[in-house]
Amino acid sequence: MPDAPGLELIAHEINERHEGAVVGTSYEHEQAALLADPDSIREVLAYLKDAPGHEYRFLASLHGADYLPAEPRFAVHYELLNMPRVERLRVKALLPDPGDGTLPELDSVTGLFATADFQEREVYDFFGIVFRGHPDPRRILMPEDYVGFPQRRDFPVGGDPVIFTNTEDSVPGWTK
Amino acid sequence: MDVERTKLRGLSPLDQPRSPEELRVRQMKARDMLRGDLDGADLDEYVESRVLTTTLERAQNWARGNSLFPATFGLACCAIEMMSMVSARYDTARFGSEVFRASPRQADMLILSGRVSIKMVPVIRRIYDQMLEPKWVLSMGACSSSGGMFANYAVVQGADKFLPVDIHIPGCPPRPEALMYGILKLQRKIFGDPDLGWRERYQAYGTEEDARPWRPGALPVERVGETPAAGIVEGHGPPPTEAELNAPVSHPELTGHEAHDAYEEAADDERVTTSRPPAAWGRDA
Amino acid sequence: MNPTTRTPGHPDYADTTRTPEQLGRDAVGRTEAQVIGTSPIERTAIEREEELFTINMGPHHPATHGVLRLLVELEGEVVRVLKPMVGYVHTGIEKSCETMSYWKVIPFVERMDYLSYFFNMEAFCGATEKLLELEIPRRAAWLRILHLELNRIHSHLVGLGTTALDLGAISMFWYCFRERDKILDLFEMSSGQRMHTRYFQVGGVVEDIPVGFAERVKAFCADMPERIDQYAALLDQNEIFLQRTKNIGVVSRERMLDLGVTGPLLRAAGEPWDLRKVDDYLPYSEFDFNIPIGTIGDNYDRYRVRLNEMRESVRIVEQAIDGLPEGPWIADDRKVVLPPRDELGTSMEALIHHFKLVTEGFRVPPGEVYFPIEGPRGEYGVFLVADGSSKPVRVHMRDPSFVNLQSLRDMCVGGYVADLIANLAMLDPILGGIDR
Repeated sequence: MPDAPGLELIAHEINERHEGAVVGTSYEHEQAALLADPDSIREVLAYLKDAPGHEYRFLASLHGADYLPAEPRFAVHYELLNMPRVERLRVKALLPDPGDGTLPELDSVTGLFATADFQEREVYDFFGIVFRGHPDPRRILMPEDYVGFPQRRDFPVGGDPVIFTNTEDSVPGWTK
Repeated sequence: MDVERTKLRGLSPLDQPRSPEELRVRQMKARDMLRGDLDGADLDEYVESRVLTTTLERAQNWARGNSLFPATFGLACCAIEMMSMVSARYDTARFGSEVFRASPRQADMLILSGRVSIKMVPVIRRIYDQMLEPKWVLSMGACSSSGGMFANYAVVQGADKFLPVDIHIPGCPPRPEALMYGILKLQRKIFGDPDLGWRERYQAYGTEEDARPWRPGALPVERVGETPAAGIVEGHGPPPTEAELNAPVSHPELTGHEAHDAYEEAADDERVTTSRPPAAWGRDA
Repeated sequence: MNPTTRTPGHPDYADTTRTPEQLGRDAVGRTEAQVIGTSPIERTAIEREEELFTINMGPHHPATHGVLRLLVELEGEVVRVLKPMVGYVHTGIEKSCETMSYWKVIPFVERMDYLSYFFNMEAFCGATEKLLELEIPRRAAWLRILHLELNRIHSHLVGLGTTALDLGAISMFWYCFRERDKILDLFEMSSGQRMHTRYFQVGGVVEDIPVGFAERVKAFCADMPERIDQYAALLDQNEIFLQRTKNIGVVSRERMLDLGVTGPLLRAAGEPWDLRKVDDYLPYSEFDFNIPIGTIGDNYDRYRVRLNEMRESVRIVEQAIDGLPEGPWIADDRKVVLPPRDELGTSMEALIHHFKLVTEGFRVPPGEVYFPIEGPRGEYGVFLVADGSSKPVRVHMRDPSFVNLQSLRDMCVGGYVADLIANLAMLDPILGGIDR
């Protein structure tokens, strides 16, 4: 893991090349995270992947999170890994909810990391974050005609009462 | 199952001949039989000693129950235990249900081994519809029986919302022994009477469920009145009139578990009673 | 953590699959060029663009190892396009976890990848312990390693048995399940359940191992290497098995890394990457074991890597049970760990803690953590977000089956449809983990 000063150096280095691409850093529980501007997430990841001295060539995981009621609400996390140095670095893109019924959008990184294909589809499926330029932007785990994004915090957990033979007349909506 | 078998007097084909003379006597009798020379009491004795009598229905149920072919159909965790049921230690071949058939057309029994997600429901229903009658469904584990611990948006809370389930096996996952016990229970049910009650309630006789005329989402059965004796009305046609509902029912019409329990008790000690005290029915009152 | 420990020439990384003379040759010694395109029909199928024929495999297909659906476009018998479709056992576990307190989440995460429940538990408990900054006692760590490695053997056994079944060798299935049941007996002895044991607890393990467990484990360890030799003897001289695995489904190491593949698939392609060696989530550095790696990354390499991983796991289990330290098996933090049962009758404080822990659960300070561990299929990583309450905000499992499934296309396209089954079996996906 890059330590806290090393993380600041990385942030500074990226900001020199792409103005405002990194908006913050965090270092907790021995894990380093870069807070990236969602509009330049592609540039940040491309730099971290290819620049000499960084070479985080392995995208271990890509996942979304919903921090409701915090603002901005959504986040997409990229867990990068440099295998020869055994260093992990998390890049985090915070996305606000547009609020007008449209979905938040982010650049797809499938061109950089082929592994992002399924994982971006999963984030779209569960959080409704649209990845611009994704080759196959469909739902992956939920049925194609499903309405809603079930892992958003304001989506109900669901699950209806279980009907047994001896309770089916006391549960509304079935026989009564 | 009880099969009438008369103990053979004298010469049983099941016994080994005790001496060359006895073998010779048997051969002579068989030759007489073939020539048509045997008649009267001799013929009766001969036929009795070689023929098992039972009803065709019983024989058919016995054969069905002892050759249950499950469909090769695994859903989740329980599928692993279902696989170990056929493995060498548990060896369900002893009970005639080890031949997992990959095609639903050749299978008698669908084991729902795992959680049923909303995306999987149409697929399972289609597999069930493709199976040929008679067919049975085992719901293995808590998830497919009731949704189990997963009370959320993705899991169907109990597979009997879209399938008539014959046996529910508890456990998470059930041990292979539990699954085998469930299959033995199903065998007993098949030996008794394959169409006990709830096929009618779910109207799942054939390969397609009938249309449900009353209202969408409702079971095609209405339980009315204060006691089961007040009647269970099938869902065909228009709703019953007040007079029809209040008409006295001469004897309780049992369905589902009640019918099965009653059947088992009757089979056990020759007395037909319902398994529950009448007070348990007072929920509607 | 030393980068030099994972260079390919290091003795920890034994190149166990084949000798240089065998490289690039199939079971009867033909080179790759001799195999591909030997007959005119094969050449035609590979070269000419014909009309594509689409077939649908699954979700109910006996050889898809669960409810996986594959849309395959064939040209003759050659796969041209392959689209995996998943989600048929999507269970919403990640959402359900958000409604449970931390210690009730453990049974939920167990049921994600249902052949490696101990790994799911370890990933989640490790993440929670990292947020709590809780150290687990040495005995707990040893017990965890013991059970994790037994679970790895169990998972590989099921994978090997079903793979051989798909390739037509049913006796392997019986043998593998026989050994698997022995492992499940051990699990049942230590925790009371065969599958989904919920044996790991935040802070350690739930209960100490019972009397007689160590002897049974030692007996198993004495028995198992011989069994593995028997499996190898059965399969390595089986002409059908060799022809159906050697030089089939080759994906290069670089492509595997680009696809994010981890675990035996990546190691079979020659990349020596194992978190047990390079990470310190559990004290694996105190154990002596090797990481088997392959050479070219075909199905035979994958099979050999898994077989040798079982041998190495047996060694780890032996060392864990021999060197099991004395001491407590769960941490002594009363804000997190349930008090011992005998204190409940005498100590009011213990009773209060017990009541609070059972009804509300412990609180975890705010923060987020990604905790990767090495499982039988690759990197299991739990991403956990806590907000200071007793329920997690987000529990995400980076499941290796889900990520590895993307490499199926590279393995199958251009090969025969019969090899698709072999590739899928060697991929060893668990659909519960893919769909979660």
